[in-house]
Amino acid sequence: MWERIRVRLRHLSGTDIALWLISVVLVVLIVVGSINSLTSGRYTVRQWMDFIIFGLAQGGVYALIALGYTMVYGVLHMINFAHSEVFMSGPFTAYFVANALDKAGYFDSHPIISLAIVFVVAMSVSMFVAVVLEILAYRPLRGSPRLVPLITAIGASFFLQYTFRGLYGSGVKAYPDIAMLHGTWSIAGLNIQKTLVVVFIAAILLLVGLYTFVQKTKIGMGIRAVAEDQQAAALMGVDVDRMISMTFAVGGAGAGAAGVLYALIFKQVHFFMGFVPGIKAFTAAVLGGIGNIPGAMLGGLFLGVFESLGPSLFLEGLGVPAAYQLKDAIAFTMLVLVLIFRPTGILGERIAKRA
Amino acid sequence: MRGFPWRETIRTGLLGSVVALHLSLVGMVEAFSRREIVKDVVTLGQLLLLLVVLVAGYLAARKAAERNKAYAIIAGLIVGLIIGAVLAALALSIKPLHLRQVFTNASRGLVRVLLFDKKGMAGVLTLLAVMGGGGIAAGLLELLPNHVRRPLLYALIATLTLGLLRDIFAVILPRSISRFFYTSSGLTVKGAVVLAVAWTLYFAAAERWGQQVRGRLEALPPEKQKPLRLGAYAIALILLLVLPKLLGERGGYIFEVLDIVGIYIVMGLGLNIVVGFAGLLDLGYVAFFAIGAYTMAVLTTPELPAVRQYIPPMDFWEALPLALLASLLSGIILGVPVLKTRGDYLAIITLGFGEIIRLLVISDALKPILGGAQGITGVARPHLFGWTAKTPQDFFYFILVAIAIGFFISVRLKDSRLGRAWKAIREDEDVAIAMGIDHVATKLTAFATGATLAGLSGAIFSSKLFSIAPHSFNILISIYVLSLLIVGGIGSLPGVVVGAFALVGLPELLREFAEYRMLVYGAALVMMMIFRPQGLWPETLHAEEYARRKGTSTAKTATAGARE
Repeated sequence: MWERIRVRLRHLSGTDIALWLISVVLVVLIVVGSINSLTSGRYTVRQWMDFIIFGLAQGGVYALIALGYTMVYGVLHMINFAHSEVFMSGPFTAYFVANALDKAGYFDSHPIISLAIVFVVAMSVSMFVAVVLEILAYRPLRGSPRLVPLITAIGASFFLQYTFRGLYGSGVKAYPDIAMLHGTWSIAGLNIQKTLVVVFIAAILLLVGLYTFVQKTKIGMGIRAVAEDQQAAALMGVDVDRMISMTFAVGGAGAGAAGVLYALIFKQVHFFMGFVPGIKAFTAAVLGGIGNIPGAMLGGLFLGVFESLGPSLFLEGLGVPAAYQLKDAIAFTMLVLVLIFRPTGILGERIAKRA
Repeated sequence: MRGFPWRETIRTGLLGSVVALHLSLVGMVEAFSRREIVKDVVTLGQLLLLLVVLVAGYLAARKAAERNKAYAIIAGLIVGLIIGAVLAALALSIKPLHLRQVFTNASRGLVRVLLFDKKGMAGVLTLLAVMGGGGIAAGLLELLPNHVRRPLLYALIATLTLGLLRDIFAVILPRSISRFFYTSSGLTVKGAVVLAVAWTLYFAAAERWGQQVRGRLEALPPEKQKPLRLGAYAIALILLLVLPKLLGERGGYIFEVLDIVGIYIVMGLGLNIVVGFAGLLDLGYVAFFAIGAYTMAVLTTPELPAVRQYIPPMDFWEALPLALLASLLSGIILGVPVLKTRGDYLAIITLGFGEIIRLLVISDALKPILGGAQGITGVARPHLFGWTAKTPQDFFYFILVAIAIGFFISVRLKDSRLGRAWKAIREDEDVAIAMGIDHVATKLTAFATGATLAGLSGAIFSSKLFSIAPHSFNILISIYVLSLLIVGGIGSLPGVVVGAFALVGLPELLREFAEYRMLVYGAALVMMMIFRPQGLWPETLHAEEYARRKGTSTAKTATAGARE
């Protein structure tokens, strides 16, 4: 026993010790902060529940975006950095449709049909952008060194961002108010905003739908085959190029829908809206083990809740002023920590080993 | 017209139309049409559209010329007409379809630019004629032999560049000469003609005799080449040193631009060590720039009572070593946790670091120390023997010294033992470790050296601006620096300078460019990766590697063809 520990210690390098110290310090900070917050009684149980529900709704959005990151990573082993712009393009375009519907009074008379139209428009635009992106920018670079597609993706991301800024302007736009989503429902003694409930349910339905598509349909089977082994899939008669396009299409549709949900929660669309949620969703994808679809969904929900609780739970407990400003910093810290300490994610080790 | 490649031609024409539509609707055409290249003849906006026609027409013509020489011109014409027709359709549909409600840039101004200030049919016909003419020109260009085409193209580019850079040259040149060539905006017609002829003669001569001169230079024994090269460097250096005095007051604007370019060159040299030499893609590089700038600002400003009660304000030279030390240490501190990650994960982690630092700086939590969202003013300026740097010209000297330091470090390290270790890690980390390279020390020195150069650049930046604010340190800066490296040629030192002038200098000079800067950068990154991954001025090793790869890929297609 002691012998084994001695051997372990002798093999321990300076970096390992440094990493280990960092993680211990962080865990201690989180625990101390949380205990302080919980014992101070600054928030009631009901408020904590509100945080969690908000976190679940935004987590559903992250999960939908994360799906695209994880699927693309699954088939091409690249981080599609421009996925955040795929997410932005759909709802930004659909804003004009929503606006037109609202002006025609259609949103008041047929709210559900109108919302469905908005969703379809956003999903198809995002899908289109994702597929074109793959064909024009990524396809010529298949098989080149790892950093080449990543740099391309970064370039494509900024190109798309500023294209949409040029097309639709740099202002922040808001979707029309939907009367149906006003107010709250009381469920189990809690008053929950209708928007959050609708967003959460829609996100879950879409996730289940997309997951079923990947698991049950023939195209989904092709996508999974390509992710498993591209050459073997090609030998079995799978059209690899088409399956890669389909992957981008499915991921794009998810991101477009996520964008509309995001716009419903945060009431805004603009050209830069993709950057932060995109990085968070990527964090979620890594958290769940990149390449692993259910993992990405769980990772998204977890990150949403963690981020919503974080500022009040442990930052305020540590006495940090104006903690809500550091909400994004929590997500980014989470990203850094996950990539450093557990790049294989919590659920999967399938692909991440190669990273 | 048997065998005419209809499908390819039409496809190229439609692709060109998509590009032209994009440029128009994004607003570039209209914004650029305010800058005249040649007075009353051509604006930058029109040139942009013509460029699309020329490139698309040339591509189509090259394809068509394989069948029949005469087809080249027809293909060019068709491409030009397709693009012209699409643009005309756009111009005519903007008003009746209320496109403005969706596309902010589908304005009346755009219609005016597209239709050459003419109304209705007359405008459409002019547009078609110009675009068709451009297409024919592209076809003709394809038919010209190489030694005629190249000088003509270069002369055209050089003349237009001189027109574009009016704001510099009209200021530098003596009054009488500048009045002959330039008007209040762009070149004069006679100036343009004279320049075009002169450039054509020059490039034709270079085409004819340039190879011989270069050959003779290379044939010289190395001990004779060296003094020649050193002499050229010395002349360039003296020119740079004298330039601020030569231009005097008039040079203020030019040196403002040169300073910014210089600051980016220093940053680029630092990132080049991290990405180019050691192959570690760092997207959070701006963090070190910010750390250098903030250390300088916090230590020297008279503001920030929370800090001042412990440390009195320092002067520039006291704070500079501390700023460098802070960025060096942060390079190591951020480097340790990421030692084990590679490739794309490393890029995302560093991006996360950069964002965390920016969010911390903006937040109210650290406001007493870092000034919050408003930033810090009253940063100290460098002084020497009682003389304080104030004007852009003064800072130019400091920046020149910083660039020299950066170059010295890069050149000396590149082929040193450490430099070779970086190269080994870049090419294959596992093999490098197996060969006995200490990857921890190697990677950390790369991060630390790069961070220190960024810190130096940041310290000068904050001192030059006199005040700093967190919004100067967002992720876009990291992307700027990465882009200039990639455009210049990753790992290549002259590439950094070329990239900085192209990507930082040009947008500073063309203010209407500023809004489309990221659009162009993004497109440049994608295009460089697809068409010229080794960069404009590649490092020797990369150049050889890409040449070799091209060779093998053609060999592969050849064998594949043989098998069929």
